[in-house]
Amino acid sequence: MLDAVPRRMSGWGCHPVVQGYEIAGEDLEAITRTVVLTRGLGRSYGDAGLPPPGSQPVAVSTRADRLIAFDPATGILRAEAGLSLAALNRAFLRRGWFPPSSPGTQFVTLGGLVAADVHGKSHHSEGTFGEHVTALKMRVGDGRVLEVREESEPELFRATLGGMGLTGHILEVEFRMRRIPSPWIWAESERFEDLDGLIAGLAEASVSWPYTVAWMDLLGTGGARGRGILERGRWAEPSEAPARNPSVKHSLSVPITCPDWLLSRRLVTPLNAVRYWLQGPKVKRGIVHPESFFYPLDALGNWNRLYGSRGFTQYQGVLPWRSGACAYERVLGVVDCLEAVPLLCVIKDFSREGKGTLSFPKPGLSIVFDMPISVGHTQAVVDALNDVVAGEGGRVYLAKDALTRAEHFRAMEPRLEHWLTVRRKWDRRGAIRSAMSVRLFGDPP
Amino acid sequence: MKVVFLGATKGMGRALARLMAARGDELFLLGRDPVELERCAQDLDVRGAGTPVRFATCDLLRADGFGAALDEAAQGLGRFDAVVVTAGIYALQEDLEADRELRRRLLTVDFNNTIEFCEEARTRLLAMGGGILCVFGSVAGDRARKPVILYGAAKAGLAFYLEGLDSKYHSRGLRTILVKPGFVRTGMTAGLREPPIVSEPEAAARAVLKAIDRDRAVVYAPPVWRAVMLAVRSLPRWLMRRVEF
Repeated sequence: MLDAVPRRMSGWGCHPVVQGYEIAGEDLEAITRTVVLTRGLGRSYGDAGLPPPGSQPVAVSTRADRLIAFDPATGILRAEAGLSLAALNRAFLRRGWFPPSSPGTQFVTLGGLVAADVHGKSHHSEGTFGEHVTALKMRVGDGRVLEVREESEPELFRATLGGMGLTGHILEVEFRMRRIPSPWIWAESERFEDLDGLIAGLAEASVSWPYTVAWMDLLGTGGARGRGILERGRWAEPSEAPARNPSVKHSLSVPITCPDWLLSRRLVTPLNAVRYWLQGPKVKRGIVHPESFFYPLDALGNWNRLYGSRGFTQYQGVLPWRSGACAYERVLGVVDCLEAVPLLCVIKDFSREGKGTLSFPKPGLSIVFDMPISVGHTQAVVDALNDVVAGEGGRVYLAKDALTRAEHFRAMEPRLEHWLTVRRKWDRRGAIRSAMSVRLFGDPP
Repeated sequence: MKVVFLGATKGMGRALARLMAARGDELFLLGRDPVELERCAQDLDVRGAGTPVRFATCDLLRADGFGAALDEAAQGLGRFDAVVVTAGIYALQEDLEADRELRRRLLTVDFNNTIEFCEEARTRLLAMGGGILCVFGSVAGDRARKPVILYGAAKAGLAFYLEGLDSKYHSRGLRTILVKPGFVRTGMTAGLREPPIVSEPEAAARAVLKAIDRDRAVVYAPPVWRAVMLAVRSLPRWLMRRVEF
């Protein structure tokens, strides 16, 4: 059972690709004994879930997927770290429960939710996932297995939220679920002609709506650029929701890796325009399936293959509110001037900083977009974007990152030194490492 | 349906038990490790199994405990309508050839004692007026192949045995179901080189559940393996001597 299988591994962005070894099994506590890192469903985009160069195996947690306990009185749920959000939702939506924070895909494990301290459409009201975590069971770098709570080990607990799995192997996760009035979503969408309007609309919606996000057209030219569609939603009341439970959606899947030229400016620019015009000038409202609302891209399995064999990167940075419109203009300026091709762009307002030592969100505006990899060029774009983001006091999201340089990350993260100290305290030999920790934190390969 | 389940803690058994619990079947788990059994029972409970899932220990290496374990299950469930056996072990042909102890263990678990267990289950099912006996074989039992000679022989033997039970006891209400999984990603197949067709335990489990509901005596899980094995069975012997799969 403990045989390591050689595999070509990559994150969701298919870049970088490394040769590594995987160990999978139901007994996560056993398989994490000898590995350098634990990996879940591989949905981080860059190198966060990849082993450092060399031949040390990584553990794959996805078969450790048992629920351990659920208390309907408090909503506290405990499960093994390989349980996917999809499996959790399948079991709990119809019973009237949902996690307080959910990312844009349900193909993530609980361990991944913690390691990236994910945020979602509810960030302005609920904060990050880590705020709702009550306990973790971990195997730390020296091999010990510990129950870690904020009260018992505050430093380790906080360093693990958003710690990209580098402070220990996450074995079990305990967190608080939210009661929902029905398993359906009441959603509204409204289009805005420019970025200022879109940001103002987002801020306004976030006052009264629990879920908000905005899609932005970054490829349109002239006045069209920065226009977008605001989506806001809340759980439907039983009186307005259908009586039946939402069925599990059957998804189509991209069967093969598409040619590199498929997703290009030429194809996506008109698609963006169509999407914008289809929305129409009026506000659209109604009951929608929770999966269509929270996980629209999950409807197309393996959508990363659309980008071709070159792969893609997703750049996500947050700019503090005080930076204001000129900072957004500068980001767009970099995109223009370096002729980057941001295909899908989403913005989201963040409220408070996460509890985790390295949690990504901070009060401000998060901008995220996909870019196909073009050798040499994409690195220059990411460097230029990081110059702007670091200069404004913003930072980047490690779960998406593949190309940020260590200097930039240090400049963005005054909290990094403290995090490294805590990490070292629990892992003196440096047993737990990843391709990302080698790239960003100076770990030996 | 009231089901006694040997092997629900891992792999396809775990996936099948979850599907059964989700649709309201009442389960009684049998397995080797009480801690694992308890955690799996908890998992099924939290997932919404209608009635609390109970369990008892039963080790396929110790045939003298089979009857008692089944009686405990019968007591726990009141009576049972089905017995599912997914437990089994796998080892590489080279290792089996080199290690006499391993060979003996594999044949004991996968053949001798699985049949002993089925005999105990059969008598109890017949005494209760009939029911389902669902046993996991393998596509390896469909055609003798170099990498799975001993494992395949054990699974082929199980297939023979179940067909015989079906002939003799079908009229008395015993329904046998032989499941032949293809290559499914589980702890048992971890480390093996994957063939072009690979499936997840959930997909295989869905096929099994369908077979249980539709009264099929033999089911390939997932069904695509029926066609694959039809082709493999038709290969001539001189070719089988040359190929390595």
